[in-house]
Amino acid sequence: MKIIVNGVETDLDAPNLADALEALGYGGAAVATALNEAFVPSALRATTPLSNGDRLEIVAPKQGG
Amino acid sequence: MVSFYGTQVASRFMLGTALYPSPSIMADAFRQSGAGIATVSVRREAGGGTAGGDFWTLIKDLGVKVLPNTAGCYSVKEAVTTAQMAREIFGTPWIKLEVIGHSDTLQPDPFGLVEAARILTDEGFQVFPYTTEDVVLADRLLEVGCEVLMPWGAPIGTGLGLTNPYGLRTLRAQFPDVPLVVDAGLGLPSQAAQAMEMGYDAVLLNTAVAKAGDPARMAQGFARAIEAGRLAFEADPMEPRDMAAPSTPVIGKAFLG
Repeated sequence: MKIIVNGVETDLDAPNLADALEALGYGGAAVATALNEAFVPSALRATTPLSNGDRLEIVAPKQGG
Repeated sequence: MVSFYGTQVASRFMLGTALYPSPSIMADAFRQSGAGIATVSVRREAGGGTAGGDFWTLIKDLGVKVLPNTAGCYSVKEAVTTAQMAREIFGTPWIKLEVIGHSDTLQPDPFGLVEAARILTDEGFQVFPYTTEDVVLADRLLEVGCEVLMPWGAPIGTGLGLTNPYGLRTLRAQFPDVPLVVDAGLGLPSQAAQAMEMGYDAVLLNTAVAKAGDPARMAQGFARAIEAGRLAFEADPMEPRDMAAPSTPVIGKAFLG
């Protein structure tokens, strides 16, 4: 299915958000996620299903002022 | 000591982590600044990248408290979601809440700011709102649960200093017991000293240090100015007057013609 990951359309075969992060190479990384503009806590990733066309945001620590 | 939401912080200098020429220069600047709080953000990271993790490790090694921001958010929803993500990543209820209302000045959107502050406070966040010197807005932010206010000195990144000293003095006078931090717009240590002399509890800046030719040296300059300004405030400065008043005694002056 097609998922928009950080603004980029991505082919992804993952039933849930936890599997998607693993498939995208974020396993164990310090990241936070939002699905269709709503925050998904890390504890809920494994039970959050993905659907075709979902918009997934993955963010990490960055410099800020 | 200054206290934010019951947490005591030794330094009154809050420093940003962006715009430095390199991570090691940033770390040097922090060491010279003595800052106790570092502002950070969350941003997209490319697949599998570790840059965010490396940055986070560097910050943790500095031994400072982190204050994540919602920089660049123009809507309440965006700011709230960003705050939620930041809390999970950085493991702190503290959030520097920015809801921007105007792209040229990066002026806070006062209406969105109050609404986002209310939502986040209800969710257990400890909100540090990036606000203006408006006393009515300050009242509203306190009403929804903010226990610290961070008025701008000037628009972010301008280095113009305190553009509305009257407004900042008024805010300080209206809320004597609320921790107040001048956040943004400072360019020189003298401007930080001015804020501290007014009785502000701390200052937060980034660009003035990061964009200086020698960030570590500028950080040291700001640190000393902040300390000097605070000492002056605590020392209860003299009242200015219009006419001269000799400091050297007049009595006993030799008559020499």
